[in-house]
Amino acid sequence: MRFMIIVRATPDTEAGIFPADDTLMAAMASYHEALAQAGVLLDAAGLQPSAKGWQIHHGRDGSRRVVDGPFAEAKELIAGYTLIQVRSRDEAMEWARRFPAPMGAGVEAVVEVRQLYELDDLPPTESLERMRQVEAARP
Amino acid sequence: MTHAATHRAIEAVWRIESAKVIAHVARLVRDVGVAEELAQDALVSALEHWPEAGLPDNPGAWLMATAKNRALDRLRADALHARKRDELGADADALQAHVVPDFVDALDAARQDDIGDDLLRLVFTACHPVLSTDARVALTLRLLGGLTTDEIARAFLVPEPTIAQRIVRAKRTLAEAQVPFEVPRADALAPRLASVLEVIYLIFNEGYSATAGDDWMRPALCAEALRLGRIVAGLVPDEPEAHGLVALMEIQASRTHARTDAQGRPVLLMEQDRSRWDPLLIRRGLAALARCEALGGARGPYALQAALAACHARARSADATDWARIVALYEVLAQVAPSPVVELNRAVAVGMAFGPAAALTIVDTLHAEPRLASYHWLPSVRGDLLAKLGRGDEARTEFERAAAMTRNVRERELLLERARTVGDPALLRPPGR
Repeated sequence: MRFMIIVRATPDTEAGIFPADDTLMAAMASYHEALAQAGVLLDAAGLQPSAKGWQIHHGRDGSRRVVDGPFAEAKELIAGYTLIQVRSRDEAMEWARRFPAPMGAGVEAVVEVRQLYELDDLPPTESLERMRQVEAARP
Repeated sequence: MTHAATHRAIEAVWRIESAKVIAHVARLVRDVGVAEELAQDALVSALEHWPEAGLPDNPGAWLMATAKNRALDRLRADALHARKRDELGADADALQAHVVPDFVDALDAARQDDIGDDLLRLVFTACHPVLSTDARVALTLRLLGGLTTDEIARAFLVPEPTIAQRIVRAKRTLAEAQVPFEVPRADALAPRLASVLEVIYLIFNEGYSATAGDDWMRPALCAEALRLGRIVAGLVPDEPEAHGLVALMEIQASRTHARTDAQGRPVLLMEQDRSRWDPLLIRRGLAALARCEALGGARGPYALQAALAACHARARSADATDWARIVALYEVLAQVAPSPVVELNRAVAVGMAFGPAAALTIVDTLHAEPRLASYHWLPSVRGDLLAKLGRGDEARTEFERAAAMTRNVRERELLLERARTVGDPALLRPPGR
């Protein structure tokens, strides 16, 4: 089963500010090395600030409106993710517990963990099949 | 945390840490059986302490320290001490362990990196050629996978006492043969690594051949093998075949959801719904293959099989398959790892690339091959080629022969159906999954 460990954004990540010293990056590197060494790391990436992104707002009247970032409420946003494949929910819990304080020790931050749907979790429909066709054409 | 939650958390910690703890302790006591017992003792300690005291901040380090202290106690107290001291002469810090435990602690802080080295020793020891293949598989799952004997037994559809006994005997064999706890050097490395990779691929295939009604532990073997493969590739990053095996397993695993239909019946590769292939695993497989090839390993048996799997993975549809490249890869594979099964697969590819007549010539050379005497794909492929060449009567005989040889009911139905309808234009059914 796969879980995504999500780091929520903070004012610093939203400002594109990296910690001055290398401690945090070193901790992240060690953590991800440990994941890789345990054979559970699938993917990981950091996201650029929402100032460089945009949202598309869909209205009740069917309208759509592009809203450029940055967006308010940094803690509702995502700053990065780590995708792992483990044998149980408890293992995911344990790995998430070990995730370094994402903004450095003593700095408030939120790490969220979500399980991914696997193909067979979703009820089969024709549209879902078409969705998969698109997915399959990706590599 | 509730009592039950703590126990589940401890179990998860154990799954993550046990191989490292066993590996580290084994370096001290030079016996994987004893090391596993000591690591288990540490687990028992954790089960006693943590529900009261809560999980420590670094549970892995706690388990490691506890197991190591037990190891040191044992080394000091045991008769083992005197006997092992001579053997340990070469390993200064293991020798120090007898005398000055604090020195070891200090050393350990400086050599966290050596955990990888210890793990690698454990991998090579569990897959040592002095053990039977069955024993290597069981011991690897037990020591490196952290699986219980019950889980291994369920996965391999054998009674638990059989596995328990197999593991006990394997540990005894290693001890009696005085197998050194080390990474083989120089010339010995290649064949020993081949044995490790073989064990991992066996575990993978055991899971891959699971069917719908099986206990979930069987398919879980695929994930476990993939995990072990990734670990080993990480430990020997310069060995191309380790990456080749990972590539092969990632790509094969990407097809898991397409390999059976809604009724759990097998679906052949060329008929699989490619939208059900997992693009993330394909991407990872192709990356591992690229790494393997960049290391100069393109001609390794796993690399070639991975490259073949990659040909299918890259084709958006069955029609888009690059059969000429598949033929070329099978030609290399036939040189590197010749076998009649490879030859039969090559024939199928030749049939797809250059037409049935060329393929039939190859298939007919396999006619007298004793290793294919009970292999139903031989008459099945031959029947298919004959059908394409318009030789319906001969094709029918071959399909009937193949149907009589297979033990799989669904395959038999399909073959008999083809025997009945031969003469109709029909799809080729290549061997393999």
